[in-house]
Amino acid sequence: MANNLSGGFKAFLYRDLLLAIRDRGDLSKPLMFFLLVAVMVPLAIAPEANKLSAIAPGLIWILALLATLLSIERLFSEDYADGSLEQLLISPNMLMMPILGKITAHWLVIGLPLTLLSPVIAIWFSLPISAMVPMMLSLALGTAVLSLVGAVGAALTLPRQGGVLLALLVMPLYMPVLIFGSATIQSAVDGLNWLAPLAMLAAFLAIATVLCPLAISAGLRIAKNG
Amino acid sequence: MSTAFSAVFWHNSPLIFQGSNSPLTTHTFLKVESLAYERNDAVVFQPVDFALKAGEALQLMGVNGSGKTTLFQLLTGIYTPSCGSISYCGQLVNNCRYEYLSDVLYIGHQSGVKAALTAEENLRWMSPKNTTSEKISAALGAVGLGEYSQIICANLSAGQKRRVALARLMTGQAKLWFLDEPLTSLDKQGVELIEHCMNQHLDQGGAILFSSHQDLAQVKTRNYRLEPFEEVA
Repeated sequence: MANNLSGGFKAFLYRDLLLAIRDRGDLSKPLMFFLLVAVMVPLAIAPEANKLSAIAPGLIWILALLATLLSIERLFSEDYADGSLEQLLISPNMLMMPILGKITAHWLVIGLPLTLLSPVIAIWFSLPISAMVPMMLSLALGTAVLSLVGAVGAALTLPRQGGVLLALLVMPLYMPVLIFGSATIQSAVDGLNWLAPLAMLAAFLAIATVLCPLAISAGLRIAKNG
Repeated sequence: MSTAFSAVFWHNSPLIFQGSNSPLTTHTFLKVESLAYERNDAVVFQPVDFALKAGEALQLMGVNGSGKTTLFQLLTGIYTPSCGSISYCGQLVNNCRYEYLSDVLYIGHQSGVKAALTAEENLRWMSPKNTTSEKISAALGAVGLGEYSQIICANLSAGQKRRVALARLMTGQAKLWFLDEPLTSLDKQGVELIEHCMNQHLDQGGAILFSSHQDLAQVKTRNYRLEPFEEVA
């Protein structure tokens, strides 16, 4: 008796996307943050192409990381408050697929738009055109890792809404993504082989996809069993 | 995972309830033996013992804070009991978790109704996967929300939201209903509607455990009172 509630990946993906569309104001906050800071930095520092392109790889990645962190803390807190998390926990099926569905929805709502917006910022920061594709690839893979790892923190900090504790928990795990993400762009700017750092990001994503849902389901059970 | 294995293993077990015509209808669905739960070094209630047979409704009584909701959370496996056992159709629920939870419909205080979704979307989401659209609109019509099915639940009243959650009783296929205070914020017609649903479910060989501070006029129930824990000297 497969229940829609526990049905899995597609059901949760669809529901969370629908909820995100209904609540557009909240959805746009991290993206606005990403854009606004990116617009302000050249004005505040110096509008010189060589200075800006020197800091751009790191800056774009820091912004992507913070934008994801800002949005991830709400991943489970609403479900917790309105009782749908409880219904998820008593479903007979495994929690992994619904959780992956929720995280995929989060990535589609945050990570993917960030990736698609990044060329605008890259031009703003005078990054060479040749760095566009590596940048977008690194952001697409990297933000997915950020969503997965951030969700572990969001599950562990329930029933409170993440905040400082969430940031402290996931920051160390975000560091490798930040390093290899900005390294991908930097290598492309310097004309080096950018596939190596990108492959590291892909490896992180593979590991996180397998391990994070396990940690999240355990975290959610602990949160309710408190 | 162990649940997946037990699902395969127990699926053909003769102990599993096969339908209302089966000779097992009068079998004890749920048996709870000296179930206790300890929170913050305090035992929540006097150990609980009861059995629930097919066609039976059991009303949980107890003062505020006596642990009624905690008991529901124990029965649904959200909390882990400190001691005691819960068995379903003669099997410990830990050994047949998949079958047990497939047969449980639990509506708690927070009913899982999403404020940003319409009544229809909420019910579709909470109903079994193969539920037809006709069945969903019929259920919404039956709870008196036929005209409101396309309205976002944030704009519905507390009682109407409750009705959205209770419409699950009509679309679900679970044999065991756990209803935590189902009558909260319902009007008189709403209460009668729930009583009608419960009677239908009992006639079909289902079983109900519910908590409520008011007695139901139309449904034949047994009472079980949760007592505060007293230490035996």
